[in-house]
Amino acid sequence: MQAATANAPNHVWRKCKNVIMQSLTFVCAILVITPLVMVFYHLVWQGFTSINWEFFTQLPKPTGETGGGIGNAIVGTFILLAEAALVGIPVGVLGGVYLSEYGSTRLNWAIRFAADILNGVPSITWGIVVYALMVVPMHGFSALAGGVVLGMMMIPLVMRTTEEVLQLVPNGYREAALALGIDKWKSIIQIVIPAALRGIVTGILLALARVAGETAPLMFTALGNQYWSHKLTEPMAALPLQIFNYAISPYDDWHRQAWAGALILLLLVLTTNVGVRFLARDRFAKRKH
Amino acid sequence: MTTATPQTPALAIRDLSVYFGAPQVLKHISIDIAARAVTAIIGPSGCGKSTFLRSLNRMHELVPEARMTGDIRLFGDDIYARQIDPVIVRRRVGMVFQKSNPFPTMSIAENVTVGLKLNGMRNVSQLFERTEQALTMAALWDEVKDRLDAPAISLSGGQQQRLCIARALAMQPEVLLMDEPASALDPLATAKIEDLIMELKKDYTIVIVTHNMQQAARISDTTAFFYMGELVEFGVTAKIFTSPSKKQTEDYVTGRFG
Repeated sequence: MQAATANAPNHVWRKCKNVIMQSLTFVCAILVITPLVMVFYHLVWQGFTSINWEFFTQLPKPTGETGGGIGNAIVGTFILLAEAALVGIPVGVLGGVYLSEYGSTRLNWAIRFAADILNGVPSITWGIVVYALMVVPMHGFSALAGGVVLGMMMIPLVMRTTEEVLQLVPNGYREAALALGIDKWKSIIQIVIPAALRGIVTGILLALARVAGETAPLMFTALGNQYWSHKLTEPMAALPLQIFNYAISPYDDWHRQAWAGALILLLLVLTTNVGVRFLARDRFAKRKH
Repeated sequence: MTTATPQTPALAIRDLSVYFGAPQVLKHISIDIAARAVTAIIGPSGCGKSTFLRSLNRMHELVPEARMTGDIRLFGDDIYARQIDPVIVRRRVGMVFQKSNPFPTMSIAENVTVGLKLNGMRNVSQLFERTEQALTMAALWDEVKDRLDAPAISLSGGQQQRLCIARALAMQPEVLLMDEPASALDPLATAKIEDLIMELKKDYTIVIVTHNMQQAARISDTTAFFYMGELVEFGVTAKIFTSPSKKQTEDYVTGRFG
């Protein structure tokens, strides 16, 4: 308290430091959103003009011809994501249920640790593994292998989020169910999971959005396809693959289509993310009444 | 007031000890719990009263490394017999918890019937009958009969707790365990729960854990005082609160410790 005047310069310097630090954190915060704005601006700028009805419905035109679309890649991405969901959701959700509702401390620790490592495994590694496990034995690239690799990448993501949201369900509900003489597995299906359902669905959608843009694993598995293909045993086109192939090509028209494809992919992921936010907010609103 | 043991006890507990790993939380408890009466369990925090209550429907087994020795008979049946599934015990011995916990994703009616449905009852009219019966017994029917499909969490705290009681009653248990059922409620809601307990004891055997001395004195027929995992005194409530035979009991019920 004493000698306030003597400390006055310090006081100014302190205020100054405060302003500097605040500005610094503000700049960094802005830096976070800058790439998103740039990516979005660039994609819209470069890709929007190439988006038309043909783009969604047509096959790619042969080299040298302009026009055509990437309808097969869009459909292919949805087929691959459906396959991934079939692999990733049941295993991921049930694994998360095991971690949260059953399991021993030591085993759970090992499983969690493994899942966290898997979440950090580079996607190209996943691709090589599934190439060795499925593509080589089956003597060919296939949509099946592509779906499986994306599904395998979803498993640890879905498992960890499922476990986390199940842990948020108050224990009182589990006890109440058991005290009613309800079998444990029935109480999990009928009471615990419904209480955490929104969170589980959110985790699934985020995992799907995450693998929707994976390119490297698909190069070793689904490969890509210039034609319509609905056969799971044959190579299949996918948006990220098509973008990659067009982007590294020497043709301007293909470059434009690559931008447009990237814009579609980004919108797909963005829509999913916004949808997830909506789900999460809806839950909050419901809590209030 | 009824005497401590009018006829066959609802629960005959003999030499019950419960351990959570190495620590022993209950030490050689023997009590007869009278049928169609209210038995209050009192004692300071950590004395083992909740564990005692939970050992009566084997809920304490949810704690890893929990084990027990001794013998508990529910109307003569050994509830710890090797071939007995704890799920069966819990259907016969219902439980109401301190914090009301109606299932949040279900309506009022669904909360009451969930136990029956998941145990295989499908008949709609039968289910409705049991819903009305349970809600009436829990003194909630008149308040909710027009909005049975409303979410259970839209009810007030006191109503939610009575819904939890209705949910337990719908299973038609032989014994109802209550773990501080009114400690989170305001005085009015508490009074309603107490009235309800007095009403329920005509048909049910009730064991209630409470921190509220007046509540124990008001509603129970017999009282057991636990301290440090041991049963200090057990007897007719009026006697426990007016002329206890142990000094410890007297100190506790008069508020000198605990």
